[in-house]
Parts: sequence; C-alpha cells; structure tokens
Amino acid sequence: MIGERKANTNDILVDVRHLKMHFPITSGIMIQRQIGAVKAVDDVSFFIRKGETLGLVGESGCGKTTVGRTMLQLYKATAGEVFFEGVDLCKTKGETLRAMRRRMQMIFQDPYASLNPRMTVGDIIGEPLIIHKLKRGREVTQRVAELLATVGLNPYFANRYPHEFSGGQRQRIGIARALAVEPAFIICDEPISALDVSIRAQVMNLLEELQGQYDLTYLFIAHDLSVVRHMSDRVAVMYVGKIMELATRKDLYEDPLHPYTQALLSAVSIPDPIVEAKRQRIILAGDVPSPVNPPSGCRFHTRCWKAIDICSQQEPEWRELKPDHWVSCHRA
Amino acid sequence: MGVLLQVNNLQTQFVTGDGVVKAVDGVTWHVSEGECLGIVGESGCGKSVSLLSVMRLIPMPPGQIAGGEIIFEGRNLLELHEDEMRRVRGKQMAMIFQDPMTSLNPVLTINRQISEALMLHMGMNSEQARKRAIELMKMVGIPSAEQRIDNYPHQFSGGMRQRVMIAMGLSCQPKLLIADEPTTALDVTIAAQIIELVKNLRKQFGMAIIWITHDLGIVAGLTDRMIVMYAGHLVETATTKDLYGRPSHPYTQGLLKSVPRLDEARKERLVPIDGLPPDLIALPPGCPFEPRCTFSKDICRHERPKLRTIGPDHQIACWVDVYVEQPRAEIGQPRAEIGQQEGVA
Repeated sequence: MIGERKANTNDILVDVRHLKMHFPITSGIMIQRQIGAVKAVDDVSFFIRKGETLGLVGESGCGKTTVGRTMLQLYKATAGEVFFEGVDLCKTKGETLRAMRRRMQMIFQDPYASLNPRMTVGDIIGEPLIIHKLKRGREVTQRVAELLATVGLNPYFANRYPHEFSGGQRQRIGIARALAVEPAFIICDEPISALDVSIRAQVMNLLEELQGQYDLTYLFIAHDLSVVRHMSDRVAVMYVGKIMELATRKDLYEDPLHPYTQALLSAVSIPDPIVEAKRQRIILAGDVPSPVNPPSGCRFHTRCWKAIDICSQQEPEWRELKPDHWVSCHRA
Repeated sequence: MGVLLQVNNLQTQFVTGDGVVKAVDGVTWHVSEGECLGIVGESGCGKSVSLLSVMRLIPMPPGQIAGGEIIFEGRNLLELHEDEMRRVRGKQMAMIFQDPMTSLNPVLTINRQISEALMLHMGMNSEQARKRAIELMKMVGIPSAEQRIDNYPHQFSGGMRQRVMIAMGLSCQPKLLIADEPTTALDVTIAAQIIELVKNLRKQFGMAIIWITHDLGIVAGLTDRMIVMYAGHLVETATTKDLYGRPSHPYTQGLLKSVPRLDEARKERLVPIDGLPPDLIALPPGCPFEPRCTFSKDICRHERPKLRTIGPDHQIACWVDVYVEQPRAEIGQPRAEIGQQEGVA
C-alpha cells in the first residue's frame, strides 16, 4: 500500500490508509434496523506530499466529496486511518481535534449555500479567528481587511452581506475564510464548478497564487478533467467508492493505464474542431452502478470493454505498476 | 440549403421592479436546413431566452418580445395565433432542456409523455402511439423499451431521462431540434453518450440542430457554425473552424484563453477575463464588453459596435479585429497530439 511504503518519509503531510465511509440505510419507524449501506468510500489509500496539489476526479456519486469530508472528520469514518502531520485524526477527539482543524480547511462548491446570509463578510471571515482564539477585538478587523485584500477584494466589503456579491466574489470570500487560520492543508471541493466560465480562470489563478505564497497543500476535488490537469501535480481517479488509478499528472494524462481513465479522458471534448475531428471516443455503455450494491470483482467490469472472466470474480490488487503510478486493474 | 429559421433584430425584455431587463437586445441570426448551429455564452447572456422566444415560451408577463421577427419556413412566428403556434411547437420544432428531471412530468408514465405529441400532432390512436413510442425509445438506446415504457421518470437515471427527452423531441420528426445545454447536468461519460447519440440521429434524420452551451469544448466537434453571445448581444458569428481558428472578438478570445485544455502541452497560466458581466438593466452606452476588454478604445465607450463582416460567413460586433491586431498563435493550434495515445478501442 502506498501509505506503508512512504509512511516514514518526512515530506508527507496527509496519509490516508484503507479509509472506508459507509452510510447506513435503515428501515422501520420505531425500531430502526440497518438493511444495507451506501459504500460511498470503500477502502481508499493515498498520501499527499507537502506543497503539492493532489487532484481527485470522478463522476458524481463516486465518493470524492465524501473522501474530503471524512478526512476532515466531518463524518466519522467507518474504518481506516487519516494521518495528518503524523497524528491519526480518526482517533483524535474534542479539543485536540479542534486544534488540528486549524491546520486544515475546506473551500466548498456552492458559494451561495456556504456563506451565512445573516452574517456580514467581516463576521464570516473573522469567526474562525475568534473560535481558534487567534485574534481579538481590533486585530480581527485588521486581519479581515488583510485577508480580503489577499483574495483580491476591497477591504471595505467587510461590512456587506453575502447577497451583495456575485458567485466569483463569494467564492473569494470562502477562500479568505479558509485562509484566516493560516492552514497548511486546504480541501477544495469543486471550487469552480458553480461559477461562470469567464470567472473560473480568476479563481483558479487565485488558488495557484495563494499556494505559492503560503506554501499550501491542496486536495483538489473536481469532475472536470481539464481543470484537474491544470491544477494538480498528481491525480487520483475514483469510481464507485474506490480509487482506480493514481499517478503524476503527466503519466495519468499521457499514459493512462486503467480503462476507466482512458474512457474518461476520451470523453472530454477539446475546444478545437480540428483536434476534435481526429479524436476517437471510447463510449462507455450503461450507467454508473450504485454504491449500495457495487459489482463483484472489479467495480468497473460491467462497463469495461477489456473485461475478462477474472474481472467479475476477483477484486484487482492496488499495485504500483510504474514508479509513482498506481492502478487497480487486472488488465493493465 | 435554404434558410430554415431566420431571426431578425429580436428583442426580448423582462419588466421587473428595478427596471427593464434587456435579456436579448437586437440579435439577428439564421439556421439553414440540416445545419448544426452552436450558441455559446455565459449564464445570463440571453442564449436560452433567444430560443425560448423562438419557441414562444417566454412567460408573459413579465416577459415581452419588444421587437423583431422570427421567420420559420416563411412565416413570422410572432404573428401566429397561439393555436397555430401549438401546431408548430413539438411538430416542426422541438426543444430538449438542460434538466431532464424538472422537464418531465413526475406523475405520468413515459408512455403518456411520449405519446402525447404523437396523438396530438400525428393523429395516432393510443395503440399506434405506444408502438411508435417503443420504437423511439429503442432508437435513442433505452434498453428493454417494452417494459420501461410504463415506468415513471424517477425510475430512470439522468442519462436515460435525457434519452427520453430526446425521444420526445424527435417523436414528430421536427425540422429543427433545439438543445438547451442537454449535457450540462450529466456526467462526463454519460454526456459523451448523449453527444454521440445526437450526432447519429442527425445523420439519420437530417434535422437542423441548435445546440446551446457554455462549454466551448462540447460544440467544437459537433457544430457547423457558431454564435457567441454576451449580455444580450451577438458578438461574433463564424463557421466553427473559423471561430476556433481565427477568433476575432476579444470576448471569444478571452473565453478560449480562460479555459484549461486537456491537451495543453505545459502548465500555462490561464488568462482570465477580468471583472464581471454587466447589469442588463443598465448597460453601458458603448460596447457591452468594453469594461472588461483589454483592447478598449475611446470609441468603444461611446458607440455600440454593429455587426460587420470580416470574412466569408464571419461577422463580429467590435470596433477592432483583435485577431489582426494581436494574432494569437496558440489559439486554434493543437498544443499537443493527444488524439494518438487515446486511439483505444
């Protein structure tokens, strides 16, 4: 497993090992019986090095957001470990966990739902400072003004309410809130999907600038493969609760080993009619299976054009086929 | 190929408490028979409102079509009586919407929903309509159509619902199919299925298609001609090859440069379009894009540019031709050969 091989290396910031997150499905009114589970994340292992961006891609419902939320202990993991700076977060509770949370923050997908409409921008950005007892009184105001300037907003906006801002500006407010506590690690959960095309580049550039400026480590969750390619150093591809392939950006996009990655890449269109005319698409049949009852063996075998008998019987091993290029496939 | 639909100087407005929103402000364009036209722009640029105007589905009030003509097969649709319009809608032009969940009726079976148009426009009885509906469902690739026809929309996945929508759209073999961001709500692999399906159906039936999207990637391999809209105005129209190969309006160039490409050779910094789209109630007197434009001149602030021809089938609404002023070699050039390693299957 990845974690075991690299566990002692100093440059690893986050190390996720065999993480599982199953949500129970219950039935009954008075006495709730568990009748099944949504296996949103089902044995996922990866690590993130200090200062790098790990991209996490997959289709909706594949569990990529759940991975992020479980890492931050927003859900209680069913099994597995999440090491952050050497400490297993899944075993940490109360005040210790709260102190750890200062080091990791999240930027959410929907800038409309993730800001409290009754709080001013200044209060939204200042709240984490007060919770973590980092600043008091006038210092808070000053720090908020600094943060607003950092994300490219007018410091004077601190007295306004979220509804006065556009989607892109709100996303900047969300970024300022995440930056307030000077975290080492930020999970960006589809930070640009809800934004207009012309605004997306502004936010992507801002995230890159901040990474350089504050030496941040990102987990960048998105469904758009072109965006992930642009943002990430290494990329993991998820499918129905499992990571199918994980490699450096170059390897994953230029030499994908897993059939699912190959199909995903071929499905992305390129804004160029000449290139488009030459490309061949792999059109996958059928729909994404349900995580309640994932297919036996390899989860992708129901849609895979390379599937053979073993694929439906035995779960493929997670192996390192090339240095830093991990894949879970019998046929790779 | 004759012109199928000609839109002349269309103006669609919404009256709100704050003022009149000019959602579409004097646009002129056409679609020829059998042609695939792409309309791109950001949310609020008027692309959907233009097509809802063509279908006469703008809620009135608060909406109103303040001026212009919509000529479809020689008739001005704006002058038709609602009864006559109903015979055009669904039969000669059909629309597929972005969200297949909200545009299907949740309390009716798929059979009822597909058959409705067939019985109304084609004069079929319920048995004939059911038979035809099954054929249509097979044609759009819905497995075990005979059983699934009696299901309700919630029993279908997103991709399958969109297939049902397409089956409904094609039921009366319209001459024009309007697709309003039909793949935006879908996953990448499912979107690819739908695009492939529409391509094949177009070959089979030869209908004209208008494909509305904000994604310049999707339409590149699909359309013959493109329209770029910004703040209710048409800013550039060209053949698909020219639009990507020789983008000449600053906004079109900006859009192309601000999205990362899957085939970019190295990690390039994106060039964003600064600022925000303008408020449609109080547009600047000059060019609507002027406040965000890096090529802005004095005249741009005072006078709104008219659409002018800069090449065969290529028009822009801009005082400068940005491509001539500052040709960008990297646009329209493949940045790396990505097609090759993906030639699998």
